Amino acid sequence: MLIPHPLLGPRDAQEFTYLGDARLLARPDGMAEGAEAAFYDYVYLRNNPAGVHRELWFHEHGDRSWLVVTRDTLTHDILGAELATDVVRRERPR
Amino acid sequence: MRVSKFSGFRLVREALRGHRGWTPLWRNPEPQPTYDIVIVGGGGHGLATAYYLAKVFGQTRIAVLEKGWLGSGNVGRNTTIIRSNYLLPGNQPFYEFSMKLWENLEQDLNFNAMVSQRGIINLIHSDAQRDAYRRRGNAMLLSGADARLLSREDLRDLVPFLNYDDARFPIRGGLMQPRAGTARHDGVAWGYARGADALGVDLVQNCEVTGFRTRDGRICGVETSRGPIDAGKVGIAVAGSSGRVMALAGLRLPIESHVLQAFVTEGLKPVIPGVLTFGAGHFYISQSDKGGLVFGGDIDGYNSYAQRGNLPVVEDVVESGMALMPMIGRARLLRSWGGVVDMSMDGSPIIDRTPVDGLYFNGGWCYGGFKATPASGYAFAHLIATGRPHASAAAYRLDRFARGHVIDERGAGAQPNLH
Ligand SMILES: Cc1cc2nc3c(=O)[nH]c(=O)nc-3n(C[C@H](O)[C@H](O)[C@H](O)COP(=O)(O)OP(=O)(O)OC[C@H]3O[C@@H](n4cnc5c(N)ncnc54)[C@H](O)[C@@H]3O)c2cc1C
Repeated sequence: MLIPHPLLGPRDAQEFTYLGDARLLARPDGMAEGAEAAFYDYVYLRNNPAGVHRELWFHEHGDRSWLVVTRDTLTHDILGAELATDVVRRERPR
Repeated sequence: MRVSKFSGFRLVREALRGHRGWTPLWRNPEPQPTYDIVIVGGGGHGLATAYYLAKVFGQTRIAVLEKGWLGSGNVGRNTTIIRSNYLLPGNQPFYEFSMKLWENLEQDLNFNAMVSQRGIINLIHSDAQRDAYRRRGNAMLLSGADARLLSREDLRDLVPFLNYDDARFPIRGGLMQPRAGTARHDGVAWGYARGADALGVDLVQNCEVTGFRTRDGRICGVETSRGPIDAGKVGIAVAGSSGRVMALAGLRLPIESHVLQAFVTEGLKPVIPGVLTFGAGHFYISQSDKGGLVFGGDIDGYNSYAQRGNLPVVEDVVESGMALMPMIGRARLLRSWGGVVDMSMDGSPIIDRTPVDGLYFNGGWCYGGFKATPASGYAFAHLIATGRPHASAAAYRLDRFARGHVIDERGAGAQPNLH
């Protein structure tokens, strides 16, 4: 699999380590009401879709950036990649 | 239905009559509109569950619904290793129960599943690893299983061909379970299928479950590609498809689906006496009765439903093999394939009720559920028939993650690709 790194161009997936569902970016607030249930969901439960999946890959043997890669779990086709920091800025404006 | 028994005598008789007297191993029935119990998934676990429901727990009107053909999933894709060499109290007694069922399986089913107790050896490469394996061996003995700590000299007698003096990972000994071994994976599926069919279970193939029907929070049937079927109770045993199927009931699971690859070489004369596992990388190997070296290693490590893996893991597995026993570099690889495995968040399985009344779930077997087939079927049948977990599987609860009672053999945390 080749991952289209937004800064470095296409890179071999072997340069990366895989963490999992990109929902892990949205860490719940540990002080909020219902934090225990929210953390159970965050740590353990997964949508695990057959099809398009947004997921976190770490460019460990590269520029050490985190990417959000969109990939089809049925075909392994990679549909896109963004810097995780960009995704966080866009989805959680401060 | 009349089932004709297999025996040596019958084999000779059929051989003399040109093998014209053999009949199909099971019927191929149309689905009935209603069953007491519907099992979804005709892999090893689903078939074993149906068999024990009928045989041990006296249940009737049972169907197994399989979307493809019986045994088309992981039960026919695995590397056939059976063992009970776990460490943790929630796991080891269950796997030992499974091993005891394996030991009597062929007599029970009157079917040759080629169960071969040729032993497994986990290799030791450091002092710390020896301590860890000594502890594991003691845990195995406490559960009633067998375990032997082997010195380097013991090993040299048993498996002289290993790379003992590798500079980075010298081999210092091993933990052996003599009663472990291999079984013919398809044979296990076929044996359970034939046994269940003979007890009146309908094995319905090409029948995909596409939805669940509930009434007042209780299950009352399933939607299938061959029409709706009413059911009093429904048990799910769909391995790699667990997430997809349980999503139909609105449930999210502590499971990710990943791909695991396996490899087989051309047939060779007997060279490997039992099952060997490399303690410094993830690599395991045995030799099939046909002579092929059957081996595997890590899962690919990313979510996948593709039933095929990628080349980096092929390279990694083969490198581990070469590090362990350089002689396999002379063998030619014949085939490799992949299967979708249901990796749970702690590396251990789930056999439990679900929040939907009458809907039961069996899954999260990771890369190691073949050895569990008999006990998983037995424990799942016990749960479905009696409503209570079987003693051996009492720790495999769905809510253990929320309660903090995970069963994490690797100590890797909630990271499925590290288990
Ligand atoms: C390459 C590989 C090597 C392995 N090696 C070992 C090993 O050495 N030792 C070991 O103990 N374990 C091993 N395993 C793991 C083991 O094979 C599995 O854990 C076990 O087979 C899973 O249970 P099963 O047999 O019931 O699964 P499966 O055979 O996968 O059965 C599940 C069935 O459910 C069906 N299904 C799915 N969705 C639906 C639906 N909607 N409706 C109807 N039917 C459906 C599927 O078609 C499938 O037939 C290995 C797995 C793989 C992939």
